[in-house]
Amino acid sequence: MDTFIQLTLNGLTLGSVYALIALGYSLVYGILKLLNFAHGDVFMVGTFIGFGAIQLLGGTVNPIVPVWALLVLITLAAMAGCACLGVVIERFAYRPLRDAPRIAPLISALGVSFFIAYSMQLLFGAEPKNYDTFSLNGGALYTDGFDIGNVRVPMIRIITIVSAFVMMFFLWLLVTRTRVGKAMRATSHDREAAAMMGIDIDKVIVFAFVLGSALAGAAGVLFALRIPTFATIGFLIGLKGFTAAVIGGIGSIPGAMAGGLVLGFAESYAQGYISTRWSDLLVFVLLILFLVFRPQGIFGKADIRKV
Amino acid sequence: MTGGYDDELSRPLEGALEASTSEGPTSPAVGRDEWVARHGDNRTGRTGRLGVIEARLRVVPWWAWLTTFVALFCLVPVASDSGYVRRVAFDIAIYMLLALGLNVVVGWGGLLDLGYIAFFGVGAYAYAFLSSEQFGVHLPTVVSIPLVVVIGAIVGFLVGLPSRRLTGDYLAIVTLFFLQLFLTVTTNGDDLFGRNVTGGSNGILNIDSLSIFGRELAVSKEGGLFNPAYMYVVLAVFVVVYVALRFVNLSRTGRAWRSLREDPLAAEVMGMPVNSLKLMSFAFGAAIAALSGTFVTALSASVFPLSFSFAILIIIYTMVILGGAGSQPGVVLGAVLIGILLELLRDPGDSRVLFYAAIVVGVIAVFRFSVKLAVVVGGTFLFGLVVHAIAGAVDNAWVNGSGGEGGGVADFAANWVIVPVDLASWIPPVSYISLIALALLLTLVHGWVRIGLLIPVLYVAAFVWENVMIAQPEPTRFIILGLILIALMIFRPTGLLGEKRVEII
Repeated sequence: MDTFIQLTLNGLTLGSVYALIALGYSLVYGILKLLNFAHGDVFMVGTFIGFGAIQLLGGTVNPIVPVWALLVLITLAAMAGCACLGVVIERFAYRPLRDAPRIAPLISALGVSFFIAYSMQLLFGAEPKNYDTFSLNGGALYTDGFDIGNVRVPMIRIITIVSAFVMMFFLWLLVTRTRVGKAMRATSHDREAAAMMGIDIDKVIVFAFVLGSALAGAAGVLFALRIPTFATIGFLIGLKGFTAAVIGGIGSIPGAMAGGLVLGFAESYAQGYISTRWSDLLVFVLLILFLVFRPQGIFGKADIRKV
Repeated sequence: MTGGYDDELSRPLEGALEASTSEGPTSPAVGRDEWVARHGDNRTGRTGRLGVIEARLRVVPWWAWLTTFVALFCLVPVASDSGYVRRVAFDIAIYMLLALGLNVVVGWGGLLDLGYIAFFGVGAYAYAFLSSEQFGVHLPTVVSIPLVVVIGAIVGFLVGLPSRRLTGDYLAIVTLFFLQLFLTVTTNGDDLFGRNVTGGSNGILNIDSLSIFGRELAVSKEGGLFNPAYMYVVLAVFVVVYVALRFVNLSRTGRAWRSLREDPLAAEVMGMPVNSLKLMSFAFGAAIAALSGTFVTALSASVFPLSFSFAILIIIYTMVILGGAGSQPGVVLGAVLIGILLELLRDPGDSRVLFYAAIVVGVIAVFRFSVKLAVVVGGTFLFGLVVHAIAGAVDNAWVNGSGGEGGGVADFAANWVIVPVDLASWIPPVSYISLIALALLLTLVHGWVRIGLLIPVLYVAAFVWENVMIAQPEPTRFIILGLILIALMIFRPTGLLGEKRVEII
């Protein structure tokens, strides 16, 4: 039972990060029908910005601001930096290809992904970067918390899970309750018709990239709080984020959340009950099963093509 | 090797069917018949001496190109007895083979197969299983190679199966996951249900070398030098594959693939067996990749999971896209160019010369011989001298860090680019990021402002190259590949030899 609770907790932490990444894929895919391969690398840049921000704020042993402010500041820095990066990527690598054949932006995205990952390696080296959050407040983030049975739920996991869900909630409000959210939904439904109704498509697309990349930046910080990061981490994490988006139903916001959690739990249980070596295999099998039997995902609507 | 341009001109209708052997540019010529479009191209083509040369070159039949190319390639080991050059020639031959295979899937089938390199690995491991002590099997080469090719095709077929229900992007992700899966299985395969199958990350060692009709091809000749026979074997296979694929492309199947790529829906409506066509192109590509895997394994006598990473995939993709997806001579040219480029970037001296040469050639290609060219070249030169002089006058330590290889170019660079003795840790990120920002800004401005901005951009680029990139060839190579992919997709999606796409309404 304790193992189960521990694994569930682990899955929830992992899943909330996957969900944040999946949202970025979903937002962009919903509007542009573009699989943004570079999204995982935007996430990676977020982890690096967080690392740099910690160093600027005096390091974790002796930060110049209180712990809560440190955490908020590095998350905001990563979100802002990634949002800018997302806008630049869209403007220079995808916009010129908007009317090109489907395969062209995909290949451009591969190029962007490679360019970002290896630029970071060039500038900051290939060795892993550890946030060293254990030194914050003498390890309080790991020892504080509450217990479920015999299992300690440490503060750092609570922070990750709660902030991820708060962000998702605000995103959901933004998309369903605001004017710009309505424009986004309209654009993803039918881009041409939306343009004819006076929606500025370029702005909507840029906004989707801003939102998605900012979430990826936040996900990066939340992830790297516990796990060391390195320049080429974006590839595998991005792959899993996309899998989560597909499982949930690509283009759907609740779907991305659900997909992220399903994937997080699946991976965590597989690691705990089967083997850590083979957990990726299970994720792959899950993806194939979904793609073959329910390609529209958990929350997606079946794609009806009109000719 | 101009893709049969010659015989098509005399047979306009058939030529029109064959014309669309490449990815389209961003805005295809719409609403015209392909033959008419090409006719228009011919009229607007180059005139004068260059035009005559181009027209003459077009008349040369494809087999003449192929023969010349292979003959020249065969001369490489004769011309140079350096083991390094021979090894590079072998690698490039393998790249050419891999590019041909990827061209079938991406160029003709129009499927984004991101697991391609896993099939290369499947071939390599299959050969290792069939000819090493891992399972105690030692098949003769004439048996094992066809077997490996069949295994590759079957695996390709199986991976392609889910693609029956999947379109472009999903297929990309499934194949990408397959690559990840392949790496997971091979890396952890030293404990597969308690048995050591793939040797894990230690790989499989002591694999047999090729033996042709009972004669074993030693991997190394006298003095441990690389045996060029392997390169000849790969070249021979390359020629066979090239010719076979050319015939496939001209056949019914080839036409069906291209129609599938241009518009899968229309192809399906016309009654084409879309699914089996997709699977077939997948299996073709996988078989060729597996075939290439055997030679690499046989030559290095060992196989490791890390040789089949995502990075290799990007290298092959860049080759195919640079040469022109869909054009066989194109992808071969791409393989040779990228193969040489990657090697040159390894060496600081070569890499330095290459950088300045690329800038000079690039600037000339953009401005031709005009006043602007003189302004840019002269301006950049003076700008550098002035900056260098000022920096040197302030503090000599700012400019004394250079002294690398590269002959005259290095001497020039030492007196032109600032190379500090001690590079502060903030300099690389700041200079690199401002270079990117300036270069992106360059695409937004026009006219003389652009030329004015180009001068500092070139100088910052030289600064970054000298101070940051030369010392780290590994990331630099991949950064350049990424840039090539993006730039090609935006400015020239047809690559070097691909043909224009015409959309018919």
